[in-house]
Amino acid sequence: MAEFTLPKNSKIRTGTTHPAPPSPKKPKTFKIYRWSPDDGQTPRVDTYTIDLANCGPMILDALLHIKNDIDQTLTLRRSCREGICGSCAMNIDGMNTLACTKAIEEIDGDVKVNPLPHMPVVKDLVPDLTHTYAQLASIEPWMKTQSPPPSRERLQSPEERAKLDGLYECILCFCCSTSCPSYWWSGDRYLGPAVLLQAYRWIADSRDEAKGERLDNLEDPFRLYRCHTIMNCTTTCPKGLNPAKAIAEIKKLMVVRR
Amino acid sequence: MSSRIRSYAAPLARARGLGSAKEGVEHWWLQRLTALALVVLTLWFVWVVVRLSGASHEAALIFVARPLNTVLLILTSVVSFWHAALGLQVVYEDYIGHEGARLAAIIVTKFAAVGLITATVIAVLRIAFGVV
Repeated sequence: MAEFTLPKNSKIRTGTTHPAPPSPKKPKTFKIYRWSPDDGQTPRVDTYTIDLANCGPMILDALLHIKNDIDQTLTLRRSCREGICGSCAMNIDGMNTLACTKAIEEIDGDVKVNPLPHMPVVKDLVPDLTHTYAQLASIEPWMKTQSPPPSRERLQSPEERAKLDGLYECILCFCCSTSCPSYWWSGDRYLGPAVLLQAYRWIADSRDEAKGERLDNLEDPFRLYRCHTIMNCTTTCPKGLNPAKAIAEIKKLMVVRR
Repeated sequence: MSSRIRSYAAPLARARGLGSAKEGVEHWWLQRLTALALVVLTLWFVWVVVRLSGASHEAALIFVARPLNTVLLILTSVVSFWHAALGLQVVYEDYIGHEGARLAAIIVTKFAAVGLITATVIAVLRIAFGVV
């Protein structure tokens, strides 16, 4: 359901300010959302001014510099630091993206860093993605076949394989789903752009034998049709993919098979 | 969203919910078809309003009673009210979380649409058949 104001225990207050080191060469200020489940406090925004001369070029470099050298309590997820694992998805300067592939110099003024929007927060910049992962599992994102397995690989023509381009590259960072107002309002039932793109990735796969069953499971006013082509998903995707188009293709197939 | 944290149901059970409704395509397709029809019908209706704005009551009655105009007016009424009802249902589903309230809003809107369609169609037909 639509929620237009923050719940009482989510009102954000001003937190601690960590000043710049003495005579910094390139100072830059980061305003970072902080919340801990352990201290009974409401969330706060801590301010850290760092010297960019002491850290790498990406937002993730700055966050790790803060964690390693200034404030070890800062909590975030990261793994590959090169845009393939999707762990460090967060809201940076108002846009969901990956901290590891977003350059600090792309941002004018202070850098505001928040967790992915409208998800329960585990701590600081770590969102709880349990429900979203369960939604992914619910579309059964694996190949389903009934024909006897071939004695070798399941072949695809180059044309059939090309249909997976723009779909297989998704790293499941959920920047798109958490940027979608429809997913904010109806995320309990709406599958959201990331999961629908995955659903289409299997529908579009020439080797899969369960297209009809997959479409049956998606045909629902909430699971699929909460998409109103707002396009935030496509705008925000850090991998340059187009989930809105994948959803449109599913809607098209729903009409075609009638 | 907070309610899901407090439940002990398995995440997959909550994600699957009551399963797929196996409908939605009809609503979505009808909304597109009525929108397409309204592109033509609305332009025509605006032209009618402009054309009849300075006309006398007699001239307006004669205009409405012409067969093509009668048909187009009835289509404009049916298609626009039904399109509005379909669109409002989507808005309710987006923004009304309480299932009872949502259902009530949908029922009231559908009844209102049918009532408005009936009233306008009868009004046009009365003029067309010279009852007025």
